[in-house]
Amino acid sequence: MAKVHVTTTINGEPMEFLCEPGDTMLDALRGTLNLTGSKEGCASGDCGACSITLDDRLICSCLMLAVESQDHEIRTIEGMAQGEKLHPLQQKFLEMAALQCGICTSGMLVASDALLRKNPKPSEEEVRFWLAGNLCRCTGYDKIVRAVMETAAEMRAQ
Amino acid sequence: MNLVTNNKWIGQRTIRPDGMDKVTGRAQFAADTTMPGMIWGKVLRSPHPHARIKSIDTSKAEKLPGVKAVVTARDIVDFPIEKGAVMLGIQDMRWMCRNVMARDKALFPGHPIAAVAATTEAIAAEACELIEVDYEVLPWSIEIDDAILPGAPILHEFNKFDGKPSNIVGRLEHKKGDIAEGFKKADVVIERTFTTRPVHQGYIEPHACLISVAPDGKTTIWSSSQGQFMVRAMTAYLTGIPQSDIRAIPAEIGGGFGGKTIVYLEPLATLLAKKSGRPVKMVMTREEVMRATGPTSGSKSTVKIGATKDGKIVAAHGTFYLQAGAFPGSPIRGAAGCSFTPYDIPNLLSEGFDVCSNRSKVAAYRAPGAPIGAYAVECVMDEVAEALKMDPLDFRLKNAAKEGTKAAHGPVFPRIGYIETVEAAKASPHYAAPLGDGHGKPRGRGVASGFWFNAGGESSAQVNITEDGNVVVTTGHPDIGGSRAGIANICAELLGIDYRRVSVIIGDTQTVGFSNLTGGSRVLFASSMVVTQSTEKIIQTLRERAAKIWEIDPEAVKWENGAAHPVSPNAGQFEPLTLEELAEKAPAMGGPIGAGVQLNTTGADGGFGTHVCDVEVDVDLGIARVIRYTAVQDVGRAIHPGYVEGQLQGGVAQGIGWALNEEYIYTREGKVDNPGFLDYRMPVCSDLPMIDCIMVEIPNPKHPQGVKGVGEVPLVPVMAAVANAIYNALGKRFYALPMSPPKVLEVLEAPTREAAE
Ligand code: FES
Ligand code: FES
Repeated sequence: MAKVHVTTTINGEPMEFLCEPGDTMLDALRGTLNLTGSKEGCASGDCGACSITLDDRLICSCLMLAVESQDHEIRTIEGMAQGEKLHPLQQKFLEMAALQCGICTSGMLVASDALLRKNPKPSEEEVRFWLAGNLCRCTGYDKIVRAVMETAAEMRAQ
Repeated sequence: MNLVTNNKWIGQRTIRPDGMDKVTGRAQFAADTTMPGMIWGKVLRSPHPHARIKSIDTSKAEKLPGVKAVVTARDIVDFPIEKGAVMLGIQDMRWMCRNVMARDKALFPGHPIAAVAATTEAIAAEACELIEVDYEVLPWSIEIDDAILPGAPILHEFNKFDGKPSNIVGRLEHKKGDIAEGFKKADVVIERTFTTRPVHQGYIEPHACLISVAPDGKTTIWSSSQGQFMVRAMTAYLTGIPQSDIRAIPAEIGGGFGGKTIVYLEPLATLLAKKSGRPVKMVMTREEVMRATGPTSGSKSTVKIGATKDGKIVAAHGTFYLQAGAFPGSPIRGAAGCSFTPYDIPNLLSEGFDVCSNRSKVAAYRAPGAPIGAYAVECVMDEVAEALKMDPLDFRLKNAAKEGTKAAHGPVFPRIGYIETVEAAKASPHYAAPLGDGHGKPRGRGVASGFWFNAGGESSAQVNITEDGNVVVTTGHPDIGGSRAGIANICAELLGIDYRRVSVIIGDTQTVGFSNLTGGSRVLFASSMVVTQSTEKIIQTLRERAAKIWEIDPEAVKWENGAAHPVSPNAGQFEPLTLEELAEKAPAMGGPIGAGVQLNTTGADGGFGTHVCDVEVDVDLGIARVIRYTAVQDVGRAIHPGYVEGQLQGGVAQGIGWALNEEYIYTREGKVDNPGFLDYRMPVCSDLPMIDCIMVEIPNPKHPQGVKGVGEVPLVPVMAAVANAIYNALGKRFYALPMSPPKVLEVLEAPTREAAE
């Protein structure tokens, strides 16, 4: 089958790639584009390890076709830090031990970032419901929720 | 609690050495690795729970353009059953060679039948469909009760129990005193039977590997596992390639919990790579993970406990039947050996039975077997305490094991911290707090305790000083939950330098000495021992170098705050020599500074924990929610409290899933019906409360920093604590897990139904 040519923006950079019409965005990111920060835990939209944003909307990249990114803006974990400067969420996850094995971490960070952009003052319950699509088997979520809440408080104070 | 406070780094919440890679998406997990010329491997799996394989025809698959190699059981080294066990750690290669690829018979749906490598994943999958297998479908059994019936379909004809072919493939017992005599003395005797369903370890990262085999047989494996040395050894056994020719490089691992202590893909990918001459990558789908890896056993246990009026347990009897899946090896040792261990019981019999059935072979899961046993024992403990009208924690205190108690599985306890965990639970703000108003939803509180053996074993480390005076530590244990952070803390503490100057690397099999699995709650215990000894050797060298420069006796030099100093003014007046200065002078003063140590570590004391759980039950929907949870554990010494708490919280979350929702559901055809995260319901963020931790620190006297294993105990008491809390809320006991909404409703509605009938 002929491949499709896609022009898009990823983490602020213009990008072009070829993909099969049936490839998911996650396939394109991890395969063709070699952006392996987004992880595949289930390929069915149930674990959130592949979370990215499409025009600032949080989505599972395993549920989106790569061709659908044409002319849109994609953000992945690789676009979260600015050069040497970590995003406050990344810094807080490190300081508060909000990761153990780290396989869920990219997705958790992308999803938390999307939450704080929408709602800079989430309650614990709002954080828990927002992150309910991101499975973590290691941490029991406690430290992740705390890190998100504390980052939000610090970002508001600035 | 004797918290050590005078340390600079031990006990501090430092930033883990591998953290930056993990928060920026740089960390390389197995599925993130690629290689020039790489092709893809896929597995054809049995659709049947039990079938004789009469023939396999791979010719059509081999002809498909893009296919580079096909392998079947014929390509894998056979370990004949008659020749007896071939043990590698706790794994018998006779079962392992049949688990990675079916021989003669397919024993569960998902059992690998053949594997294909092709230029794309899609072609490999298509080729799998072209393989023709002639099966003779056989009767099968999934549940323990069916598998042990007389006349049940037998998985392994060679196995005899009581002289007859049987699916009971093993039995062990731990015994103390005389239970018949003991029960005669009891005023209260309670006996109950419990069942649990198989649950999966549920690591988020599916199994994956990338393997290259050069024409001379030199093999490189990149894979996520709980032990690169285990991967090397098992792959060597199953492919016939010598271990010295295999370099197993540990990728970052995305969770394991025991489930990545055996191989599934590596031998197949190695053989495909060897046949095709191309590097082969294999990645499981989530469905393959659920059908053909893990889980832990389902079980059926009967527990009987007898106590006198004054609250002393006089006798106990436990019988634990555990599913092994397709091959022998369920964790009966953990169930029979751990579940009564928190208590000093004079007359005890604890028996475990290993039962095969047509499910995937079970794999270790966090304190394997112990949570299953503890669920039954700790629920009966609750009933006995209630019958005696005693507070459940007081009842535990009255019977608690302590220094000098002889455990049924053998050891006489040294100083242990069990009593301290019960006392800390009792004194916790949680235990004292009122349950609060559930606004119509009943609330309840439950407690339970747990024990896990903990392990030592082989560990190796190499510590090198860099030319600019910093430190590189190499160990052989995959870091699954932050162990690098603990090692950096310890090494920095001993050297008296900032922890950021210590880099911690996980070595591959050809660069660091043999190190056993990351498992058994052993990694920080064992690796900090070898890191400590290596660092001490380095400090000795540094003192000798300073002595040489100052032309004094090495005994007159001490190491403090990252520099050599004369022990006293009498030794001479010298400016301190720092690690940087000594490193710079190293070439002229005797050469590079480094030291390695290999040890078989011993002295890992068992671990104990006591948990308090509050639930709220929605009686209309049958939903039980955990609303508050406190986990108390004797952690020996918390080298990095953040990651110790993380272990406690993670274990509790897994236990809550096991208690309330997780289970393998089977179709009538004997296939797993919920092989994905949508229907196999693990706890998500909104299902759980914050999880409070109380770390009791009774340092392990046999460890230089007092470390005790911490990773496994936190899962052991959880299901019982939740079940006891639900009883407290509803006045109804559950004898089967999971206590999921339909089952809760069933029990809640039972009396009404009876009355109506
Ligand atoms: S991989 Fe996309 S949600 Fe799990
Ligand atoms: S840290 Fe391992 S899955 Fe979240």
